[in-house]
Amino acid sequence: MERFARLVAAYFIMNDSWGNLSKATQAQSNLVWRSDSLPAMQNKLVVGNRRSYGDVCVNDGGTIFDATGLNKFISFDKATGVVRCEAGVTLWQLAKIAVPHGWFLPVTPGTGFVTIAGAVANDVHGKNHHVAGSFGCYVKRFELRRSNGEVLICSETEHTDFFAATIGGLGLTGFIAWVEIALKPLHHSLMAVESVSYSSYKEFLTLSAESEKTHEYCVSWIDCLSDAGQGVFFRANHAQEGGLGNNFNTSKRRVPAFVGAGFPLVNRLSVKLFNAAYIRAHSGDKQYTETIAKFFYPLDSVLNWNRIYGRKGFYQFQCVVPFESAEVLSEMLARIAASNQGSFLSVLKTMGSIKSPALLSFCRPGVTLALDFPNRGDKTKQLIATLEKITVAAGGAIYPAKDAMMSSETFEKSFPKLTEFVKFIDPEFSSSFWRRVRA
Amino acid sequence: MKKLLILGATSGISQAYLNRVADQCEHIVLVARSAEKLALLSAHVSAISKATVTTLVVDLASTEEHQQLVENVVTAMGSIDCALVSYGVLTDQARCVNDPAYAMAQFNLNGTSTVSLSLNLANQLAKQGGGSLAVIGSVAGDRGRRSNYCYGAAKSAVDSFLAGLRSDMQKHKVHVLTVKPGFVDTPMTSDFKKGALWASADKVAADIDTAIIKKKSVLYTPWFWRYIMLIIKSIPEFIFKKLPL
Repeated sequence: MERFARLVAAYFIMNDSWGNLSKATQAQSNLVWRSDSLPAMQNKLVVGNRRSYGDVCVNDGGTIFDATGLNKFISFDKATGVVRCEAGVTLWQLAKIAVPHGWFLPVTPGTGFVTIAGAVANDVHGKNHHVAGSFGCYVKRFELRRSNGEVLICSETEHTDFFAATIGGLGLTGFIAWVEIALKPLHHSLMAVESVSYSSYKEFLTLSAESEKTHEYCVSWIDCLSDAGQGVFFRANHAQEGGLGNNFNTSKRRVPAFVGAGFPLVNRLSVKLFNAAYIRAHSGDKQYTETIAKFFYPLDSVLNWNRIYGRKGFYQFQCVVPFESAEVLSEMLARIAASNQGSFLSVLKTMGSIKSPALLSFCRPGVTLALDFPNRGDKTKQLIATLEKITVAAGGAIYPAKDAMMSSETFEKSFPKLTEFVKFIDPEFSSSFWRRVRA
Repeated sequence: MKKLLILGATSGISQAYLNRVADQCEHIVLVARSAEKLALLSAHVSAISKATVTTLVVDLASTEEHQQLVENVVTAMGSIDCALVSYGVLTDQARCVNDPAYAMAQFNLNGTSTVSLSLNLANQLAKQGGGSLAVIGSVAGDRGRRSNYCYGAAKSAVDSFLAGLRSDMQKHKVHVLTVKPGFVDTPMTSDFKKGALWASADKVAADIDTAIIKKKSVLYTPWFWRYIMLIIKSIPEFIFKKLPL
């Protein structure tokens, strides 16, 4: 009976965060109207769709205010592409409305389920970082509500200090009620994609340097089992024809509950088979077109793909290391391959030098590596700790939105403006992440 | 559907329905009690669609205003292609037992006023020569249960009324849809612990959209409620009265 209850629960209970590593004890309230105000209380956090992997969106022992109900647009100027919407509007929702009018997100991460305020608070990046910078670069203004009752409209000219602290500020500077961003013009809603396979990390670097000059979007999948670092490079531009058909009405599938409840699909054999098949499928270089939704949000068609890791959940590790020390990534890749702990989803890409206004932005010039690791206890933690050490020694940083493990020393070292940021934290706000890295 | 009227526009189901259909509409009239919330919603609908949006601030509990309201809607929009009646309050059953005045006020809001409004709307649709009227009832109206029979009775009245109205309006080509949602995760139910049987407002809105297009008569949403209620309705009374439902 208990097992049955767990099955049912696994199907319906929302995860505290995407990595599903632990269950927090936290009170929850839902925000529905922008006119609602947050009650005065210590230890609160406003969260969105909780697609962060670790604990930046978790507040164990405190209260979270779920802002996904704040999902209204405030204004959308179809002539200039300036859109203002409430905190909980998702990027998918925004793109779906904007694309038919010839506008698109200037920067988008790999899932459209991210809310706009979440995108601001984590200063997210996308496949065009080398030419576009991070999400924060396109934020025109937002409303920040502080616990002392102040309502600050922040932009590059108003409350500039809070503007810089809140972008990438992990939701700690107060409640972001709405955000205004500048969309970018879009002429055709298809993507012209090219895939090129590569057999080593070195080859990836050359391919990347070359492709960045010709392609707006670059990303690569890497075979985490290969110590040389073989993989497939994807480069794309918006198509030159095809018009602005709306391609956001895709059907969604679910991973069944029994997988999440105790039958994980990720194991050494399945990863080996998948990676081999993936390499084979992409062995010849290919050119093709696909929809925006499919190109940018390939995993969004499976609603709860995080269940493939089963009840214990998974870690995601994402680091960036400066170009000068980019060769340390070969060492990391070799260690990951030797550990045999990786999963299907491993991504390698370069980041450009466009600066974000954020004090705590993860984005910086260099090479970024992101991988999933099914939670196998201490063994996994040890591997991630090793990768973290290599990152810090190379002068790199770990991405808070993905992180569930980094030490306070790592956090301090990789975010040099941390002391400045701390001044802007709302005294009533906190998160599990924050308490962990400040311990 | 070109001209849409939403009564109780700020409810969770109304908003989800608007998000789904707004871009297919030419003109939308939104009716609700709170001017402030209506303004927020109106800006939203204008941003996501090309429709002209009109808002009317009315307390739908006051039945004497219904006729004037329908006239105002027709003045604004010319005619009505589809009207969605989606307002109500979840009645506090425990309070009803000790406070009959409260119980009656609740019955008037969830039952009587919905009947009055539906009648006024149906007459307008008949006068135009057709249209769709969708009204949110509830699975709670299928059988009076210990835990919420005051709310259930009001929804039951709406259910019986609509069944007759649907038949009566056949000759005028007016389509009447009774929507019977189960547990829906909306602000109305924010205090409930959500479990296996709960559906999102978006799922319910999608079902309503399909049912209106297909001109269905009674919609249970999600679908499994039809069978749950079938079982509940078929329990003999001598057993049913002892069940803590």
